[in-house]
Amino acid sequence: MKRIVQSYFFVESCREVALNAYLLRFVAPEIASIALPGQFVNILTSVTGEGPLLRRPFSIARIDGSSIEILFNVIGKGTSLLSQKTSGSQIDVIGPLGKSFRIDDKYDVACVVAGGIGVAPFPFLTNCLLEKNKHVETFVGFRNSTQVFVDHLQNVHIATDDGSTGFHGNVIQLFESTLNKLHSLKIKIFSCGPTVMLKALIEFAKQNNISCELSLEEHMACGVGICQGCPVKRTNGNSAYALVCKDGPIFDSREIIL
Amino acid sequence: MESMSKSSAKTAFTIRGMEFKNRVFVASGTFGYGDELCDLVDVVRLGGIFSKSLSWKPRMGNPPQRIVETSSGMLNSIGLANIGVHAFIDQKLPILRSLDTKIIANIAAGSIQEFCDVLTLLEKQDGVAGYEINVSCPNVQEGGLSFGTDCSKIAEITSQLRKLTEKPLIIKLTPNVTHISEFARSAESAGADALSVINTLIGMAVDIKTRKPKLSTVTGGLSGPAIKPVALAKVYEVANAVKIPIFGIGGIASVEDVIEFLLVGATAIQVGTMNFVDPGLSVKIVDGLEKYAVENNISDLGSLVGSLDANLKFSVLQSWL
Repeated sequence: MKRIVQSYFFVESCREVALNAYLLRFVAPEIASIALPGQFVNILTSVTGEGPLLRRPFSIARIDGSSIEILFNVIGKGTSLLSQKTSGSQIDVIGPLGKSFRIDDKYDVACVVAGGIGVAPFPFLTNCLLEKNKHVETFVGFRNSTQVFVDHLQNVHIATDDGSTGFHGNVIQLFESTLNKLHSLKIKIFSCGPTVMLKALIEFAKQNNISCELSLEEHMACGVGICQGCPVKRTNGNSAYALVCKDGPIFDSREIIL
Repeated sequence: MESMSKSSAKTAFTIRGMEFKNRVFVASGTFGYGDELCDLVDVVRLGGIFSKSLSWKPRMGNPPQRIVETSSGMLNSIGLANIGVHAFIDQKLPILRSLDTKIIANIAAGSIQEFCDVLTLLEKQDGVAGYEINVSCPNVQEGGLSFGTDCSKIAEITSQLRKLTEKPLIIKLTPNVTHISEFARSAESAGADALSVINTLIGMAVDIKTRKPKLSTVTGGLSGPAIKPVALAKVYEVANAVKIPIFGIGGIASVEDVIEFLLVGATAIQVGTMNFVDPGLSVKIVDGLEKYAVENNISDLGSLVGSLDANLKFSVLQSWL
């Protein structure tokens, strides 16, 4: 069986689900049947040559039967073109790519900690965790209430920078304040979000000796480990960088330095 | 009586007596070590694979950010990150030598001695068809452009390596010089069998919010369709200066692009940056070229090489040659 698929797939729908956040759904049974939570797809945003040259990588947000959903902010030309896809459009996709979250180790509570569009990989992960009968608590931070998107997440705690919804403050503060209630339980953190947030979380996990996995983002050209374009520094002093596309995008927080 | 073969064009060609099955190759650094894309690409259909640059010791490469997309192209500053020639021999070559295509080892080095050491070690292995010498990487402090922009260094490296091998020796030239034809001649007279034209153009991009360069190394190498017109002009210049074959490189994205390169004087071509966009492109081009030849009654694609209908008298190139 092929581990990576490249093909054209039909878009089912694309809609704005929160301010500037789009959920694009396409039918890709070949990818849906083999993808694992945390893996990503590399999408050509324009097949006519009018768009950017390189593909754009997106975490798989959710798998629903043979359909795949991705969640993204419109940042530039590529994501803008992607947000305009309609039912019946075709997109050129390579996937599934990268390493997945490791969900089978021993812990009582899976804590999902996400910032903004960093929620993207977690509906898929949550579903897999629930299938394994794991207890899931989810902590998500947004700038304000217009950005909130928490569909298909479990036991959601929201923080906003301006206090317009939920906890007034950042998601790490919210997570820390809730953590006391889980004191005797063994937890594992799964996280994705802005670098400042991930840095704080790496330190927090280290101080409290909590197992923590991160989903990282980097500029990529190929997405399959060929171009060496997406390095992240390893902690172990090994002479090589890790590649976000191939060695990640999921890393143990003790493996890397941001 | 021999059975009738279906109508087809001759696609093979030779360099230093070595036959390559067709004229479509994948460029160094854009196809890994050759084994990684086997899931997506039928690599044995290719004329050959130019490996990622190999140095004596592994190189960790430059810090992030290493990639920036630009208009119809990309800037990279990878810095020759590679596993080193020993790991290549141990981990990659056993897989590669089983593939029915030619593997050309690209060598990058910080000194002439290192070039010689890497090539000597590879000479002892089965499965390496030839060598491409990278004297043109713009993203490393030692070696790279300091060799590629000095005609006497190119001549010295070429003649030293020539003594060590009877296999095809290909020198990869940089466009970051005034007259690339002078460098082509140096390599030819020092014993090179072929030239790869061109490596990336030095370029940069700036983040106007932070007022910082987007690449960690400030400048990087520009590649992709954006550089194709430059590459065509460089191949044309070199083709008018030397007699040895040229591998045309620079933004090739279609069969039509390949024909352009052949017409201006490339004997074969390498698909580079576009492998990142469409890993299967090179094989599609192999098929497309055969179809083109048949449809246009071309019995040997070699007949296209250098057949441009142009009068050099009207070109500024003439005064450089």
